[in-house]
Amino acid sequence: MKAKFNIIQSTCIPIEIDNCNTDLIIPARYLASTTRDPKFFGDAFMHDLRYDANDKPVADFVLNQPDFCEAPREGVHEIIIGGQNWGSGSSREHAAWAIAGYGVRVVISSSFADIHRNNLLNCFVLPVIVSKEFQTELFATVKANPKAEVKVDVPNQTVTNLTTGKSEKFDINAYKKYCLMNALDDIDFLLENKDKIEAWEQKNA
Amino acid sequence: MNTLFDKIWDKHVVQTVEGGPTQLYIDRLYCHEVTTPQAFDTLRDKGIKVFRPDHIFAMPDHNTPSDQQEVINDPIGRKQVETLKKNCEEFGITHFTMGTKDNGIIHVVGPEKGLSLPGMTIVCGDSHTSTHGAVGALAMGIGTSEVAEVLASQTILQSKPKSMRINIEGELQPGVTAKDVALYIMAQMTTSGATGYVVEYAGSVIRNMSMEGRLTLSNLSIEMGSRAGIIAPDETTFAYLKGREYAPKGEAWDKAVEEWKKLKSDDNAVFDKEVTYNAADIAPRITYGTNPGAGIAIDGNIPTLESIPEAEKAGFLSQLEYMQFKPGEKLEGHPVDYVFLGACTNGRIEDFRAFASVVKGKKKADNVVAWLVPGSWLVRKQIIEEGIDKTLEEAGFELRLPSCSSCLAMNPDKVPAGKLSISTSNRNFVGRQGPGARTVLCSPLVAAASAITGVITDPRKL
Repeated sequence: MKAKFNIIQSTCIPIEIDNCNTDLIIPARYLASTTRDPKFFGDAFMHDLRYDANDKPVADFVLNQPDFCEAPREGVHEIIIGGQNWGSGSSREHAAWAIAGYGVRVVISSSFADIHRNNLLNCFVLPVIVSKEFQTELFATVKANPKAEVKVDVPNQTVTNLTTGKSEKFDINAYKKYCLMNALDDIDFLLENKDKIEAWEQKNA
Repeated sequence: MNTLFDKIWDKHVVQTVEGGPTQLYIDRLYCHEVTTPQAFDTLRDKGIKVFRPDHIFAMPDHNTPSDQQEVINDPIGRKQVETLKKNCEEFGITHFTMGTKDNGIIHVVGPEKGLSLPGMTIVCGDSHTSTHGAVGALAMGIGTSEVAEVLASQTILQSKPKSMRINIEGELQPGVTAKDVALYIMAQMTTSGATGYVVEYAGSVIRNMSMEGRLTLSNLSIEMGSRAGIIAPDETTFAYLKGREYAPKGEAWDKAVEEWKKLKSDDNAVFDKEVTYNAADIAPRITYGTNPGAGIAIDGNIPTLESIPEAEKAGFLSQLEYMQFKPGEKLEGHPVDYVFLGACTNGRIEDFRAFASVVKGKKKADNVVAWLVPGSWLVRKQIIEEGIDKTLEEAGFELRLPSCSSCLAMNPDKVPAGKLSISTSNRNFVGRQGPGARTVLCSPLVAAASAITGVITDPRKL
């Protein structure tokens, strides 16, 4: 599941919901699990908007629409465009697992909740913060043409709406960028720094 | 020149990664059953031990039933609770077993046992970890990958948030609680107004607020996006913590208090943002929508459609459609099906005292199902010692067993689809209390008054 990041060019899934909280991204009843199976979480992604009380697909929800229902693969639906304050509420990393398990590699929004943003990064899904104008234009572009593509260039930290040519720089710290481009976990970095941790403990004993 | 947040942060810096985040030492990690099984698996994958097991405390709370605690009937929930116990045994972590005197909701148990202390860095795989900020700690919710990092190294990598001070000045009116203060701030700030910030609460209202009230306020910090909600420790904090099971004792206590007294923002400290609210503007509050910021004064009206900015109209209407409310409607007097007192927000002794003070000598409305769920076994014990259970019983209520209960639909206490729940919990999200459940957030006083009348009721008028 951990793929190195470089340039991603793909069609998008527009999820135009502001304050889309992590309870919506994955309802609480899917948290009572001890598994790490990506499919389990991918199937639960946006479950209660995707399916009705009888588990029938809700036809007009974006993930069930003919233009957007195809499962993500290289170049197709690897990018979500989300509403503002994406991932607010609960800290459940299950929400990031659901997004990753569904096959998405990038989420673009004008703002993210802090904990969810960290969780996405730790699950190798790239959160890209763009301006409100860029986000609004991107929603309009995809509405007009569901096949419209977006290019996310991680080395150069740019995101481009290939239909309009509009491009923006996005922020990511150099350390995390290196981790994403080389498929490295934070935990390995921390384990390599045990001496510094012990030195801190001695100083503060 | 430093804020309280700067002081705690700076002390815990292990190193600053070049071009990147800070490696921060964590004094206390709390683990519950929901967000840790995969973290322990990560350690097993890598063949490593827990680095500092004595810094870590674990207890199940989310799956715990509130009617009996002999057995969890749901096999998946049961497995999760059993997995936590097994993981703690394997890795040598103190575990407070379900149904025993030490157990309860992590964010209630931590402070009341003196495990959360001023100046600490505290994390847990739970957004309401912000609660522990009330004792003067830097307490943050984290994800499961980060739980694994702390298990493995007692540190995490974090970029330093900005700082904000929220001052509440003046005096709260009768019937107005810490919960109302939090719901009021959220409505002003919106649910993302403090994203990227660590908030410090200050002002005369906070200075005069009880420890239980402060814990409620800090608990709700995350609902406006804040990374943490800190309150400078003072005599109220020290009086609350003194004698608690894990708090320092004797000479160590005196020494600790001397240090804790230094934990406040310097007079000339500069915050990235500072706002001040007037206590006189705060009435008992309720929410009408599906995020905690969508709130009004209890005697007020839902905003009219005309008053909502064009770009937000569709979202506003979809919230009201779910809630089955109309723009401009008054909610006072609206029938209620369920009443929930509890959660890490309002499951403490003071909340039960407040609820009991309203229902004393009255009778629960027949149409209302009420779940009164203490936040911990210690709270439950105190309720019984103070005879509050008798008052509740005489009014037609039953005291349940400690659990997260109806705050989130992970145990049997689910609100049925379409039913209206007036709840002292922290989130009114779509489906939060059960698929299709409609949640109105409020204080214990509003919950109590509504439980008596069977309709949404202003406690000042009962």
